[in-house]
Amino acid sequence: MKSTLLHQARLKQQIWLDMLFRGLTRLSAFGVLALLVAIIASLVIGSMPAIEAFGFHFLVNDEWNPVTDEYGALVPIVGTLVTSGIALLIAIPVSFGIAIFLTELSPRVLRRPLGIAVELLAGIPSIIYGMWGLFVFAPLFADHFEPWINDHIGTLPMLGPFFAGPPMGIGILTAGIILAIMVIPFIASVIRDVFEVVPPMLKESAYGVGATTWEVVMKIVLPFTRIGVVGGIMLGLGRALGETMAVTFVIGNAHELSKSLLMPGNSISSALANEFTEAVGELYTSALIELGLILFFITFVVLSLARLMLHKLGKGEGQTT
Amino acid sequence: MLTLYTRRRIINVTGLLVSMLAMAFGLFWLCWILFTLLSHGLTALTPAVFSQMTPPPGSAGGLLNAIAGTLMMSLLGTLIGTPIGILAGTYLAEFGQRGWLAPVTRFINDILLSAPSIVIGLFVYEVYVIRVGHFSGWAGALALAIIVIPIVIRTTENMLRLIPNTLREAASALGAPQWKIVSFVTLRAARAGIITGVMLAIARISGETAPLLFTALNNQFWSADMNSPLANLPVVIFQFAMSPYEDWQHLAWAGALLITISVLTLNILARILFRQSATTH
Repeated sequence: MKSTLLHQARLKQQIWLDMLFRGLTRLSAFGVLALLVAIIASLVIGSMPAIEAFGFHFLVNDEWNPVTDEYGALVPIVGTLVTSGIALLIAIPVSFGIAIFLTELSPRVLRRPLGIAVELLAGIPSIIYGMWGLFVFAPLFADHFEPWINDHIGTLPMLGPFFAGPPMGIGILTAGIILAIMVIPFIASVIRDVFEVVPPMLKESAYGVGATTWEVVMKIVLPFTRIGVVGGIMLGLGRALGETMAVTFVIGNAHELSKSLLMPGNSISSALANEFTEAVGELYTSALIELGLILFFITFVVLSLARLMLHKLGKGEGQTT
Repeated sequence: MLTLYTRRRIINVTGLLVSMLAMAFGLFWLCWILFTLLSHGLTALTPAVFSQMTPPPGSAGGLLNAIAGTLMMSLLGTLIGTPIGILAGTYLAEFGQRGWLAPVTRFINDILLSAPSIVIGLFVYEVYVIRVGHFSGWAGALALAIIVIPIVIRTTENMLRLIPNTLREAASALGAPQWKIVSFVTLRAARAGIITGVMLAIARISGETAPLLFTALNNQFWSADMNSPLANLPVVIFQFAMSPYEDWQHLAWAGALLITISVLTLNILARILFRQSATTH
């Protein structure tokens, strides 16, 4: 009798511990949601003064003047989008090639080390890329490439204005190129992972009917993994949009909207990095926080789409097509 | 037919050549960056870097306070973030089969995983730095912890999912309560993988600059006080590299080399550890 009572007490204790443990894990999971809500809420509250002062005009105003307390987000938004666009334009074909090389072409001995090298390089802190861009790439670019761009592309009728300007080395184009170099290993390793999802049988049957390697990649691997590839690219885009350090070093930090890609500009993250700690006055700080809110919103949308696409791939893409 | 055949072959060969070129192109930049880093960094890496404080412009010095600050904040950030990450990851893998919480958390977590880190800096500034009234090492550690959490959640969940269900059933059949099954059987079996995740998280935060700009700020002098602005390598590198002073730029290269070496070492160690555990199981 006594021992069963003891037993029951123990059992009760265990049930109680179970509930405590499960509650603790659930609380932590809930914490992640709370974190997201808190981030959004704090950004919204912080940017309230600027939202009240400027409204939607903030988004299309290219003025940024701490002296007159007049702020608009157009220049940094355009800068962020354009640099990321340039980065993707360069990075997509290159990462594609790398992924094809790693999955289809590379000799077996090299496959692992090269794959690991690409992954390791994706982990190098972005400040390193920024520093390299500032000290090594920008001077070279200014001396050798920008004069050439000026002479050859800058004189073309349609494209010309985008590529005309003083060869300073730093500017939107440089920032885009540095970003591209930074996201290439990242996108390449995601696409490679996605390519490896393709069942070998599909590829083998294509080879069996006489397809070339290129045809296998284009007509079997790509259609099968299409959504995943797009998801991987969007993931890279999310990276590029929010990237701070690689851009801040080389973009030039000028709040001016200029047609030329060679001119210095600004991106949301580099405006924040450069000005936030020095911002005085409520409106100035609040305008910067609103920039952060806009950045968070853009990346949130992009990353959500990326995740949804990658998730869809996991659920057996290719069976319907 | 021959023309079609040759055309296909030509397309194939060009396509493959282009993808080889792409690989070479990618590796070219990355080798170049690493080479620059080594050539500038190694000459600047003197014993003084590890024994002296960050100097005022124009005089010699080192990075000791910055190294110490980075170590302290990374350590604290990991200590705060890891338990939360492991618990939440455990929920996703072990208890989250039903209900809305697990799928939503998983989705949000994946987004936080690659959310712009500068926004996390802003967040900590808003909720902590403003309240306290000054920049501090604690704020920096908090920002880093927020970056650690999603990484640890992700790896913990993935690793727990690799544990065969028979293990859980066996423990359950012996009458073990759930908390014991999870903490003594499944989490223990997934230990190596989770440690790998934590190491990757440390590697990630040790190079993060953006979230520290508005939280830890910087400090030119030696300080071990977490409640005051704290020097740290990434921000020092940023500040020194952007400066016109040559001494500062040299120190920035030395710091950049240090960070890269530690990040790469952590990544490689994590890989080795994970592979070893995978082969012994």
